Amino acid sequence: MSEVRDHWQKPPFIANTALRWLVYGGAIAYFLWVGATMPINWVRVSEGIGRAGQIFGGAFPPSFERSGLLIDGFLESLKIALLATAGGVILSIPIAFMAARNIVPLPVYYIGRAIIIIARSFHPVIVAIIFVKSVGFGPFAGVLTLIVYSIGFVAKMLAERIEEIDFGQVEAMRAAGAPYLSTLFYAIFPQIMPRQIGLAIYQLDSNLRASAVVGLVGAGGIGATLANAFGRYDYDFALAITIVIVGVILISEGISGQIRKRIG
Amino acid sequence: MLKITNLVKRYGNGEPVLKDLDLMIEGESVVSIIGSSGAGKSTLLRCINRLVEPTSGSIELNGNELTKLKGRQLRTARRKIGMVFQGFNLVDRLTVMENVQSGRLGYISTWAAVTRSYPKEDIRRAFELMERVGIAHYANKRADELSGGERQRVGVVRALMQNPEILLADEPTASLDPKTSEQIMELLRNLAAELKLPVLINIHNVTEAKIYTDRIVGMRYGRIIFDDKPDALDKEAMDKIYSGNPQADRNQNMLETA
Repeated sequence: MSEVRDHWQKPPFIANTALRWLVYGGAIAYFLWVGATMPINWVRVSEGIGRAGQIFGGAFPPSFERSGLLIDGFLESLKIALLATAGGVILSIPIAFMAARNIVPLPVYYIGRAIIIIARSFHPVIVAIIFVKSVGFGPFAGVLTLIVYSIGFVAKMLAERIEEIDFGQVEAMRAAGAPYLSTLFYAIFPQIMPRQIGLAIYQLDSNLRASAVVGLVGAGGIGATLANAFGRYDYDFALAITIVIVGVILISEGISGQIRKRIG
Repeated sequence: MLKITNLVKRYGNGEPVLKDLDLMIEGESVVSIIGSSGAGKSTLLRCINRLVEPTSGSIELNGNELTKLKGRQLRTARRKIGMVFQGFNLVDRLTVMENVQSGRLGYISTWAAVTRSYPKEDIRRAFELMERVGIAHYANKRADELSGGERQRVGVVRALMQNPEILLADEPTASLDPKTSEQIMELLRNLAAELKLPVLINIHNVTEAKIYTDRIVGMRYGRIIFDDKPDALDKEAMDKIYSGNPQADRNQNMLETA
């Protein structure tokens, strides 16, 4: 009589027992070592807690006394975001076409992809520091930074959309003897337009958020106002700014989400 | 006149899809090409307007050699070859008029195309043709609002806007219901007669091929094995066209060469 098979165990993730223990043991040992050797000065941490208490104590209640400054900062952030979105999206279109494998020759594709990879590989704060150094403090550096940031995202997403198009429409234009640009305008643009508009709206919202961050390193807008408030130990004003930033971002996210839902 | 000689198309290093194919189409005849899937019907049609690049051989349209053309010359030649597709290949998000006018893209500048400033005579011709196939009242509708039969009519009008010297139709009715399918076939036949246009149609429906076309070309695995009047297509010829598989065909090749 054959044995009743009523026992089953999921095969281990790593089949080799020795290798399995080596990998798990190694990972645990590394984490312990990192924790033990991280330079944490506990004396300073305990002093810092007091300082943090001072900051939060100074921040309450938030002060909206200098709301004129706050509004100016926000209007500047909005201008930065609008300009950067317009510039970024317009520049993204040709770059996205260059980075779509199905419509350009291989060398052009590599150039397009390289531009996108470079634009994506640096965090906006790093790009902002570079632009602040090269064109000086202020909103212009912010606009340039966010243009680069927009290209990284919009061009990448748009290129992926172009690679998904229904190629039959392109084929029909080619069969009619249409020149290259006419083919792009008739067979490809109509197909990618809804995504293009959705991306632009999303990017405007995203740029508004990012403009607050890049302002901290001197690229203008509300971030600059916030950095100044901290520099002058006006923690109550800083808290007021932070509250308004969160509020505005929530509102802009809600609006952009609504618009994207309608056109999608 | 379309004259195809020794046409070979091979993808990579595999078995050729078209094997030394010869075909001549004269006058205003409506010719259908039948054969099972993979016989090379679509490839043959696409070699003619170079959507597929032929490996070797010659294709002449009214004395003009098509296989060697490049760039602007190729585009000029393509203007004279209209094509109707199985999946219609309309630009869904554009209006019917814009779709119809896209048949003129080879004639007008990109600027005129983008700004939609179509020449008066093109607009007049578009309305005439749309009137003829019964879709003129849809001119301002978006192409994706139309039914299958209506969409294929737009496809036919777009091809005719090119003022073609020949019309290629790649399974033009395969996405349509039987009734609509017959209407489109009838339309193609009548338009060919009215415009004195030779038409080459790939088709799966043999009954329709017999009713609506003047000549039937039967293909099997890259070769033409039947070419005659529809009446001559009997049971035996049908069996020959639709029998066998690529492997058997290759084996037979080897026997012949041995």
